[in-house]
Amino acid sequence: MGKFSRRQVMRTGLAAGAFLTATRCASAPKGTPNNPAPGPEVNANQSKDVTLRLIGTGVSQINDIRDKAQEDLGFKFDMRALSTEENNQIAITQPGQYDIFDGEYFSLPLVIPSGNLQPIDINRITNYDKIVSYFRTGEFKGMPVEKSQGTSPYKVQYLTGPDSKEFSATPTEYATLIPFQYNADTLGYRPDLVGREIKSWGELFNEGFKGKTAILDIPQIGIMDAAMVAEALGLMTFADKGNMTKAEIDQIIDILKEQKSKGQFRAFWKTFDESVNLMSSGEVVLQSMWSPAVTAVQAKGIECIYAPLKEGYRGWGGGLGLSKNLEGIKLDAAYDYMNWMLDGWVGAFLGRQGYYSAAPETAKKFMSEAEWAFWYEGKPATEDMVDPFGKTLAKAGAVRDGGSFEERFGNIVCWNSTMEENTYLVQKWNEFIAS
Amino acid sequence: MSETWKTLKPYALITPQTLIFLMFLVFPILMIGVVSFWEFNGYSMTPAFTLDNYRGILTGVTFKTYLNTFKFLGMVWVATLLIGYPVAYFLAFHVPKLEWQILLFLLCTIPFWTSNIIRMISWVPLLGREGLVNQMLMGTGLVQQPLEFLLYSDFAVVLGMVHLYIIFMIAPIFNSLMRIERSLVTAAEDLGASGVQVFKEVILPLSAPGIAIGSIFIVTLIMGEFVTVRLMGGGQSASVGKLIQTQIGSLQYPLAAANAMVLLAVTMLIIVSILRVLDIRKEL
Repeated sequence: MGKFSRRQVMRTGLAAGAFLTATRCASAPKGTPNNPAPGPEVNANQSKDVTLRLIGTGVSQINDIRDKAQEDLGFKFDMRALSTEENNQIAITQPGQYDIFDGEYFSLPLVIPSGNLQPIDINRITNYDKIVSYFRTGEFKGMPVEKSQGTSPYKVQYLTGPDSKEFSATPTEYATLIPFQYNADTLGYRPDLVGREIKSWGELFNEGFKGKTAILDIPQIGIMDAAMVAEALGLMTFADKGNMTKAEIDQIIDILKEQKSKGQFRAFWKTFDESVNLMSSGEVVLQSMWSPAVTAVQAKGIECIYAPLKEGYRGWGGGLGLSKNLEGIKLDAAYDYMNWMLDGWVGAFLGRQGYYSAAPETAKKFMSEAEWAFWYEGKPATEDMVDPFGKTLAKAGAVRDGGSFEERFGNIVCWNSTMEENTYLVQKWNEFIAS
Repeated sequence: MSETWKTLKPYALITPQTLIFLMFLVFPILMIGVVSFWEFNGYSMTPAFTLDNYRGILTGVTFKTYLNTFKFLGMVWVATLLIGYPVAYFLAFHVPKLEWQILLFLLCTIPFWTSNIIRMISWVPLLGREGLVNQMLMGTGLVQQPLEFLLYSDFAVVLGMVHLYIIFMIAPIFNSLMRIERSLVTAAEDLGASGVQVFKEVILPLSAPGIAIGSIFIVTLIMGEFVTVRLMGGGQSASVGKLIQTQIGSLQYPLAAANAMVLLAVTMLIIVSILRVLDIRKEL
């Protein structure tokens, strides 16, 4: 013993420190419902040599879907689960890295001008007419969603021509994305800690919840929540929430700053896990949430309500787009995949997690009557509702928050938005965070 | 032949490192510098020469964010020095056995054994509204209401960074303390110096280079920090690193690049001033 020289010890110590720093920095959070660690690749079938590379957010890149697709279609898939921001970055800056882009509609005003996606020929999509009418025609039974603001899917669903980079206001044969999953987002709260029913977005700024609320720290989404709150409280009005003017951005950011300095917020969150953690620990009792996060809190045995609010919901939607690099057999395969996706199995799979399918009609075939009644019709569960991973999400007798598909989807009043003043928004948002 | 080889050998030896250094450090920084002058229209950037990005960041927000980052830096630096120095001192002078020194030293690296996400989750039961600390304080009747500032505040950010980075202060100070010739201390004592005098006149000056190196570590780590700031600050605290991250997230690369260049310059400036005050060359 005692053979080490001091110098050596120091050197090793420092090296160990440096190594630990390096590994620490390199390890991103992995393996969460929103961002699952990709499992080992399995080559279920080698009959065709095609491998389609998909990029998308964690909510859509699910191994079970990949395995089933490989089994049914006979070619291979390589899925990459990314954060919303990374997904857009790759879509725009590295077109060679993917064949199918699974992204949110609100990213299209940034992705489409890059020319990295090729229009989808809707004549090749067999079940295109089964897709929920709002996406195709902008109509939905005369409900509020028809007048919704922001980057609504219908506004960016069509392109003017086969080589176009311009959105068409009316339906054409060239689609940008085929909707994959979507939902109506709202505030989530802990009924045990709030003690009453939450019915309005305005409650987020209620002094009674001082220091116990949270919002999203993603400018394009957080600003929409803030706008819903400000409108609900009559603090300000917008000509179009989804496309604010500089003056409107200034005003809403001032309102946010004021709330922040009053200590209204406990935290801002950026990832799914953070929102789950904030809610389940009770640090936050009322916050803007994504639906799988509410499910994750409930799965821990903690009561959490996804509040149906009188002002309506903030919608989000994602879909599949084709890379401009696809051609020949690979392009055919990509169309096959999209048709398979609309065939119903995927819709049912997503439905059991609380998402809505692009073509509910086809998904119905793959769901039990009880499941359909609970998830889509808003009826009390006649049996325990189990998600595809075996977790019980709702006990028999429970009713889905917000009711039926029509009631929820129909009441979307704004969507996640990329505005014309996006750069200015980000700048002001940073100002808000720094205030 | 062997003569040429002899002259060439040192160059051959440093070539791989130089290449890696150029390719993965100098070149990327140059590229960032180039991009910072490019134009950008919201979704794509085009090569150009514009100063708009730099103009765009010379605003009140950036200034405020820098002030905030300096505030964190100052607090973390003071805290790591005040805590780190005694720890290093104890390790160097009061732990006689080398094995124990190594063991205790390794203990200081424990914060690095967990991932960000684990740390983020585990601070909540400790510092949260219903966390251990608050329960203890309320149990002993010291406070009536739970202290909210313990988590998701500037305090929490500083705490998180001190917890994480203090090893970078301890290690160099420990190193320089270990190199102090013990006979110098004995000599000082023989000449009648008191304990305080020995520390002030002998130990502190001789360990100053260690403090300088530790400070450089702290400066470089804190100036670019965004993960701890976001997680411990609950997203409510701002730092330059976080500002850049938000811009990258929104695809505003040229702006982010310009910000990164300014940050680099500011950090270099601080380091140069530290090196001006203290000569660390004898330490290396």
